[in-house]
Amino acid sequence: MILTQQLILGVLVGGLYGLAAAGLSLTFGVLRVLNVAHGELLMLGGYGTFWLFALWQIDPFLSLLGVGPALFVLGLVLYWMLFQFVVKAHEEARIKNSLLIGFGLTLVFHTLAIRLWTADERAVTTDYAGAVVKIGVFTVPLVRLSSLVLAFAILTALHLFLAKARWGRAIRATAEDWEAAALMGIPVGRTYLLAFALGTALAGIAGGLVSVSYSISPSIGIEWTLKALIVVVLAGLGSLFGSFAGGILLGLAEATSVVFLGGPYREVVGLVLFLIVLLVRPQGLFGDRG
Amino acid sequence: MLAAGFAGFPLVTARNDLLNLGIQIFLAVALAESWNLLGGYAGQITLGHAAFFGLGALVTRTLWVGGAPLSVALAAGALVATAFGVLIGGPAFRLRGAYFAIGTLGLAEILRITVGNLMPEISTIPVTALASYDLVPRYYLTLALAMFSVAVVAVLVRSRVGLGMQAVREDEAAAEASGVGAFRHKLLALVLSTALAGLAGGAFAYYHVSYYPQHAFSPAWTFDAVLIAFIGGVGTVHGPVLGALFYVIAKEVLAVQLVEVHLLIFGVLFLLVVLLLPGGLVEAWSRARRLITRNS
Repeated sequence: MILTQQLILGVLVGGLYGLAAAGLSLTFGVLRVLNVAHGELLMLGGYGTFWLFALWQIDPFLSLLGVGPALFVLGLVLYWMLFQFVVKAHEEARIKNSLLIGFGLTLVFHTLAIRLWTADERAVTTDYAGAVVKIGVFTVPLVRLSSLVLAFAILTALHLFLAKARWGRAIRATAEDWEAAALMGIPVGRTYLLAFALGTALAGIAGGLVSVSYSISPSIGIEWTLKALIVVVLAGLGSLFGSFAGGILLGLAEATSVVFLGGPYREVVGLVLFLIVLLVRPQGLFGDRG
Repeated sequence: MLAAGFAGFPLVTARNDLLNLGIQIFLAVALAESWNLLGGYAGQITLGHAAFFGLGALVTRTLWVGGAPLSVALAAGALVATAFGVLIGGPAFRLRGAYFAIGTLGLAEILRITVGNLMPEISTIPVTALASYDLVPRYYLTLALAMFSVAVVAVLVRSRVGLGMQAVREDEAAAEASGVGAFRHKLLALVLSTALAGLAGGAFAYYHVSYYPQHAFSPAWTFDAVLIAFIGGVGTVHGPVLGALFYVIAKEVLAVQLVEVHLLIFGVLFLLVVLLLPGGLVEAWSRARRLITRNS
């Protein structure tokens, strides 16, 4: 009973893990850069949603329409200022330099957020925040359920974009083999730019949803980067729905651990799982390419 | 010369703030040099160096407070840090790319959270030891550790093994083809680096009167090590020394006025160094010197 209730909550939070991981997986899969500041971008998206609500009472789900594009623009700027220099290197150096750049960015965003908004925890509390759906004896918080559905809808839309649209196909071709893509006349630089900005926007939207259902503070960055990394390692690269499934798997694993080990070890369980997969099966549980 | 100046320092001053500053610089030198050995020379980036620093601190503190001689406690701390390093590095080094970096990041967080859960109480030196607490031996211990770290790297760079590490960093496949075992060299760098980080953690545990055990695992230690190594000059012997002097002193000066703002400045500086000046301060210095000698 308690376990089932926890598992329901696990699935709900897992959807957000999946959304956070999808952004990271997109940039990693296409640009072959690993942006460890992904969680900080998510944190910024969360603050965007929080301030739109706190200052002008804009509904958090509505404000995602503003936060998503704003983070998309931030992604463009970050790529133009930093990551475009990273992708010029060969693959080994790409990953190494992107780790360092991302690492520097985490420090900058984290410190900046503390300076601007203090280290306090914040959350968006709407007047429907307490609403729940009853399924038998189990309660499902409405806001979290909507977040899960929205996360799935966004990933579906992105999937369709990648599958059908001209630029989406360019992104997939570049991820497959950028040299061949360049030879086919695909502007690889602009494709990278688009993929990076899309990944950033996904982080921002995930952050907005986090600020509604959970809480945000300047220090959540590393936590969410790790969640996204865990999911990417579990699910492998290359599939948005794989990320979503991996996120839910992580949510379920955490929920199980809360019941059997207690709350304090919630964060540890995912990380241990992550290390085990990294050591035993580094290509991921479902993944084809590592 | 610099070392001799530092060594004589406690003889001429009894000001505790200056001794404390010295100790912080020496710890920073040791930690950054340890990161530099693995990240700078062997090319294996860790984003969880705090794990090894923290393990050294945890083991040394526990044994030393429990009554073991300091030398034994320090050695045990270094040993445990190395054991964890090999545990994670062994499998990760067989794969290329980011596995080692994100693996160590994960390890550091696991340890930080678990230690925070298991040991929530602040750790304070026992009253008997507190009565005889003296900064001067701490000063010399950390100074010796800093000099030892620099010496290890200086000797290593010129050695066959050190050259092998750099070959692996530049091109793993080419190194293998020339008969340089990549895995062996990476592992050796890891063992030396984690042992130094563990010793630095141990020295920290010996130095600090009271701290939360979790604090030694804080990501801040990783940030310190990476920033200092890069700003000073990664992959150079003296870079971390220069970086540590600059970083710790600037941190002290800035912290008086604005809390945390130094991290913002150093973060931006770090990004600039990574993108524009891969040799850090050491590189900037030698470029400036070349310019001056050419003009005169």
